[in-house]
Amino acid sequence: MSLTIGNTKFEITDQSLENRNYRELFADPRVGGVVTFEGRVRNHNEDKDVTSLEYEVYPELALTEGKKIVEEALAKFDINNAYCVHREGHLQIGDMAVWVMASSEHRENAFLACQYIIDEVKARVPIWKKEHYVGQEPIWVRCDKCASHRHHGEH
Amino acid sequence: MKTINMSYFAFFRDLAKKSSEVVSTQAGTPKELYQELKLKYDFNLCPSKLKVAINDEFKTFDTVLTDGDKVVFIPPVAGG
Repeated sequence: MSLTIGNTKFEITDQSLENRNYRELFADPRVGGVVTFEGRVRNHNEDKDVTSLEYEVYPELALTEGKKIVEEALAKFDINNAYCVHREGHLQIGDMAVWVMASSEHRENAFLACQYIIDEVKARVPIWKKEHYVGQEPIWVRCDKCASHRHHGEH
Repeated sequence: MKTINMSYFAFFRDLAKKSSEVVSTQAGTPKELYQELKLKYDFNLCPSKLKVAINDEFKTFDTVLTDGDKVVFIPPVAGG
């Protein structure tokens, strides 16, 4: 599958991220370094056995915030191009959840930009994940710990 | 009274048991609106951990709400 690039810098998809052809993103002959990051679903989190992950997205805001982050990376670092795509839907262990690419003439800026994009996407883009476990109720990651329980303290 | 178009995602969608609804409210700000919904649906996330979007843009909790606004309360995000 080829990618529509144009002005797209950030994409949300419910389709698998495997076997996509990204080469046109860094086809510029001035590019000497391409750094990519793949985030994949792992089988454990904080001592719990994870069986699958469900990603939910607030699409309108996720697209504008994600695009903003990639544009920030393009402005901050001396890079040639950058791109990020994130999955939504129910993913299984080993599935790719997010893919980030930064390309530059020399590798250092591409590494920095790639790291910047994934860090900011994780912190700012309205995407949530529900972890499913063996023998336990699923939870929304990062929400359970800040929930106050009404019956806390009652015995 | 004003009419607010609420959308719920993830943690809040599970608690509200719906992904959207139209709410009639006297709340003047997202801060006041959250307190109303907290009572209605037992939303139990501390407001300091939340963000809010009005008409698909991040705004502060003391932004003045206007009739017809779309409001989304954003629980801690966890992409990646």
